Amino acid sequence: MSVLATVKTVIDTEGTARHNLLPVLTSLRSKLGSLSPEILKNVSQIMDIPMAHVYGTATFYSFLETKPMGKNVIRLCRTISCDMHGKRDVLNALEDVLAVKNGETTTDGLFTLTETNCLGHCHEGPVMLVNDEVFSSLKPENIPAIIDEIRKKR
Amino acid sequence: MSEDKINKMQEKINLIFSDCEVCEVVSQALAEDPEQILKMLLVSSLRGRGGAGFPTSLKWKFARQAPGDRKFVIVNADEGEPGTFKDREILEKVPYKVFAGMAICAHTIGAREGFIYLRGEYNYMRKTLEEQIQDFHNKIAGKLDFVIKIVSGAGAYVCGEETALIESMEGKRGEPRNKPPYPVTAGYLGCPTVVNNVETLVYVTMIMKMGPQHFASLGTQHSRGAKVFSISGDTPIPGIYELELGMSLAEFVELFGDGDTKAVQVGGAGGFCVPRKKFTETIIGFEGVPTGGSMMLFNSTRSMYNVLHNYLDFFCEESCGQCTPCRVGCQQLRKGIEEVKNHSLKPVHLDVLKKMTDTMRYASKCGLGQSVPNSFNSIIDNFREEIIF
Repeated sequence: MSVLATVKTVIDTEGTARHNLLPVLTSLRSKLGSLSPEILKNVSQIMDIPMAHVYGTATFYSFLETKPMGKNVIRLCRTISCDMHGKRDVLNALEDVLAVKNGETTTDGLFTLTETNCLGHCHEGPVMLVNDEVFSSLKPENIPAIIDEIRKKR
Repeated sequence: MSEDKINKMQEKINLIFSDCEVCEVVSQALAEDPEQILKMLLVSSLRGRGGAGFPTSLKWKFARQAPGDRKFVIVNADEGEPGTFKDREILEKVPYKVFAGMAICAHTIGAREGFIYLRGEYNYMRKTLEEQIQDFHNKIAGKLDFVIKIVSGAGAYVCGEETALIESMEGKRGEPRNKPPYPVTAGYLGCPTVVNNVETLVYVTMIMKMGPQHFASLGTQHSRGAKVFSISGDTPIPGIYELELGMSLAEFVELFGDGDTKAVQVGGAGGFCVPRKKFTETIIGFEGVPTGGSMMLFNSTRSMYNVLHNYLDFFCEESCGQCTPCRVGCQQLRKGIEEVKNHSLKPVHLDVLKKMTDTMRYASKCGLGQSVPNSFNSIIDNFREEIIF
């Protein structure tokens, strides 16, 4: 399906009213990987909302990325309780296994590694979110197996 | 030893996670006059459990009195405060009690539509919750004209502020509004709106079921009832605990500490850091240190500089950038402690920064910028040497 067709379908499902903008953008982000200028322009035209407002809303939220992202986005919690329980070692392990630095995407486009604020699992840190799935009580030595598993699944 | 004691304390209270026949409670509430429900909430002295502690009966009363045919009930499940995870646990374990609280609110204020604003980080719960909501709709069908929908957030801490949450629901940037008007008169789509924390609504359900006196008999004069605490950090038993309000930090640390606790951060990054020497005199509650439930324990191996720096990283990123005191203030605080630490500025610069936090407290538009000074000042005042050396 072309980008325009996807945008149309999503807006048909969610509705054209102003207050549907966030669900529209969230759905497009998950269907198309990231919110490119082309997508945002289409949304602006079809929903009849100024481009500045569409862009402003999209760039406000950390889960609505406007730059190209990997197929799987890893968000490692960097808040203090996870940090205290070995987050840095887990980050190093992730960087080693994926051969990227924090904030980068693997060359095969499968993974983007990034840090995020509190994920709400502070009693079982360190914790990370891979797309919508939660991985808790992480240990550096378990990281290769987790990444392998995700590679196989998707 | 202490685990036995904790179990006993929890069994004594056991309001949030207890079994409850929600249909009966809803039917019983629907048979009551809304004014009577407001009176029950007033007697219970229930205050909002998100952290700010606004009296629930008053909030509902304002929304009930506000003119308008269309009103809304919104559950704030945008739990983003570092160290808080109780709302997730409540929504996973006792979702029907949250829905029941929403239905009781809808009946009281005259709303027909309700929303759960679920943070993007909890997206994995959405499908299950939607099925449970459908089931709840079937259960109340014919009794109450009320529909619940879920709205997903997309990763923004500031959207936990109620007017930012409403802006976000309207498809805009999550920037807090000027107040007044408050949401109870002009909230979502300009209509009267009650925004309540997840935990608050479960307590409403339990107050309806058990009567207000039981709830009011727990806690202290200014902090009635119990509260769900999210306990993390240097503790052998991290997790969710429902405890009576009004406990001193000394008692708390005795139960949950690892024997070497040097400080407790009460209320998350926007809360207060209490050092060991003040444990005995500090009460957990609205008369002492208020909390939305986040309790983080630090032992003597932890550097309070790292803790403060972590909080400031958090605030720098999560400040919405709308108002200058918060946007610039957070960055200056972080830059300031970095420069004192690497000795390019003299320690006395910390006092300049403290003075600037006064401006942040008075001039920031919302609770985010206003609460940055809480953790900053309490850490600087109590652990100054750790920041400098």
